[in-house]
Amino acid sequence: MRVVAALSGGVDSAVAAARLVAAGHEVTGVHLALAEKRYAGGGRGCCTLEDVHDARRAADVLGIPFYVWDFAAEFQETVLDDFLAEYQAGRTPNPCVSCNQHIKFAAVLDRAQALGFDAVGTGHYARIIDGQLHRGVDPLKDQSYVLGVLDAAQVAASMFPLGDSHKSQVRQEAADRGLLVADKPDSHDICFIPDGDTRGFLRSRLGGQDGPIVDAESGETLGRHPGAVGFTIGQRRGLNLRQPAEDGQPRYIVDVDVPSNTVFVGPPVRLRVTGFDVDRQRWTGQPVVCGDVEVQIRAHGEPVAAHLDGVTVNLPGQLSGVAPGQIAVFYDDTRVLGSGRIVRTV
Amino acid sequence: MGGVHYLDYAATAPLRPEALAAMQRQWSQVGNPSSLHTAGRAARRVVEESREQIAALIAAKPADIVFTSGGTEADNLGLKGIAMASSKRRLLVGAAEHHAVLDPAAALAGQGFQVDYLPVDALGRIDVDYLADALSDDVALVAVMWANNEVGTIQPIDEVARLCRRHHVPLHSDAVQVLGQLDLDVSGVTSVAISAHKVGGPVGVGALVLDRNQAVSPLLHGGGQERDVRSGTVDAAGIAGFAAALAAPKVDVRPLRDDLIRQVMVTVPDAVLNGDPVERLPNNAHFSFPGCPGDALLMLLDAQGVAVSTGSACTAGIPQPSHVLMAMGADEDLAGSSLRFSLGWASSQSDVDALAAALPQAVERARRAGGRRRS
Repeated sequence: MRVVAALSGGVDSAVAAARLVAAGHEVTGVHLALAEKRYAGGGRGCCTLEDVHDARRAADVLGIPFYVWDFAAEFQETVLDDFLAEYQAGRTPNPCVSCNQHIKFAAVLDRAQALGFDAVGTGHYARIIDGQLHRGVDPLKDQSYVLGVLDAAQVAASMFPLGDSHKSQVRQEAADRGLLVADKPDSHDICFIPDGDTRGFLRSRLGGQDGPIVDAESGETLGRHPGAVGFTIGQRRGLNLRQPAEDGQPRYIVDVDVPSNTVFVGPPVRLRVTGFDVDRQRWTGQPVVCGDVEVQIRAHGEPVAAHLDGVTVNLPGQLSGVAPGQIAVFYDDTRVLGSGRIVRTV
Repeated sequence: MGGVHYLDYAATAPLRPEALAAMQRQWSQVGNPSSLHTAGRAARRVVEESREQIAALIAAKPADIVFTSGGTEADNLGLKGIAMASSKRRLLVGAAEHHAVLDPAAALAGQGFQVDYLPVDALGRIDVDYLADALSDDVALVAVMWANNEVGTIQPIDEVARLCRRHHVPLHSDAVQVLGQLDLDVSGVTSVAISAHKVGGPVGVGALVLDRNQAVSPLLHGGGQERDVRSGTVDAAGIAGFAAALAAPKVDVRPLRDDLIRQVMVTVPDAVLNGDPVERLPNNAHFSFPGCPGDALLMLLDAQGVAVSTGSACTAGIPQPSHVLMAMGADEDLAGSSLRFSLGWASSQSDVDALAAALPQAVERARRAGGRRRS
């Protein structure tokens, strides 16, 4: 098959591309230019050159063609604008999920198919077994969660050569294949916020005025925050509350009200939810209308038992720190069934 | 060309065998041209004979030639060297110049110079009337390229030079793409940048052909090897290769280029030829393919063994909308859908035929990719 291997400049995508080559596919390496400012600012000034360089060198070592595809405009229109709009609406978005849905397995895949390619291969730790999307075998690296938004056609045109491997094997293989990125550290941050300061990023884009931190139980104002946007339900750090709670329990953010610029805090018990509703449902195969599933609400969270009934998810156990905007991914054992965006909790 | 149909001579040309032979001869000799002993004198002799040979081929005086590390350094020396040595603080610079001219001009703007850009028309030709109005005695330097590196349009450099002389303003011209393509006569222009590798010489060798009487500030200070204007050990082998490449028999690629244009127009009827259809470099063809992202076309042709260029890409390799086409009034879509084909001494009919054979499917696929959008 003719395959576009997305090369980020990291070790995973390099080994994924190597395996595609080894499997006999006709592979073309493509690095995606996504964050406009960092690539194309100032006329011809370019940054993140190190990642482009590493990706290009990996392609050299593999002996495959290499190109940079510029999806900065699409990334801005879909992922970034949505990221800002979600936070502004008081929700907590996952831009990596949205990038997979709108860019990597949509805009990039469409372009690849138009240009005569059959599939897009990436270094995600996930498996496709008999056409169905499953978790990767390495529990520490499993990335099936961020792929939960793919539909059946997207899954059918995707290749994930790392799903059967553990990270340590991948690093070893990179070294064995002479790929210079074998020791490159994993990236953990949101790619367009390299310093990890999400609230700083949001403040610089959306502005923000200081507002009250209010005790959700007593209604008492306990302190000030520099702007409600960017605070997330379940968050504990960054509140700087001097006055301790009367019962000595730690206080968590239990609600964020952007219109009134108020952050509510309370004891951990207020974080517990017994269910939630979703919208934007997506299915990797047949839709699940009603049934018992497992649900996971964070990239590296634990799955919990759930009963799905339409857009309503009931949790026989309980979950803590569920924020609207988060993506709930539904599983049947290791199989990814689909996903939805959490809109309200119960 | 080893299975590759190379249509990107404007980026760099394959080394001419004459240049390789001249360089091999010199590489096997020891000697710094600045040394006073026999070995040094032998190297010096090679450099000076090469200088005379090059000068004779472009109607320059040998003493005018300042060897540099290439076209970019020559442009930087022409722009910054002349501007810094001038008491005047205004520059007139063509809007569609190569970045080796635009960026030094921008750097000078950051150091207190006023830079005015000279517009070009839809064919990429400089507006001479605009220049005539803009010229005055307070101008330190005019920079207008001899011919455009992307669209190939030849500038009315004689007229520009005449206007500059009338105002006693020095003129710098980037002739990197012209050398070897046209009979270059630099005698009326103060400062001319040329480069070896575009004519089949080595990369890393170029020259500024600079009027002996023009005041100029050096950019590289040191031993003062080149006329006290440019320091650094003189590359005798590279310079010998430059002269040998330039002196090698001329190859007229105009008929082949004309056939390339004809075949492109036949296979892709809505292709738009950019630049001046008549007053253009004889080895250049530059097209926009409406609706086709240029980078997609490049990739598809590359996969078929046909090497072409989208014009300019940033360091990361992202194609940028051509500032040349934008200056010519093209919209961003047209500017982003263009390809440059350039020929040279080893080009053959089979290269052009391979392009014509690969182009229709590439255009069709690129057009689909350009019209993509998943809802």
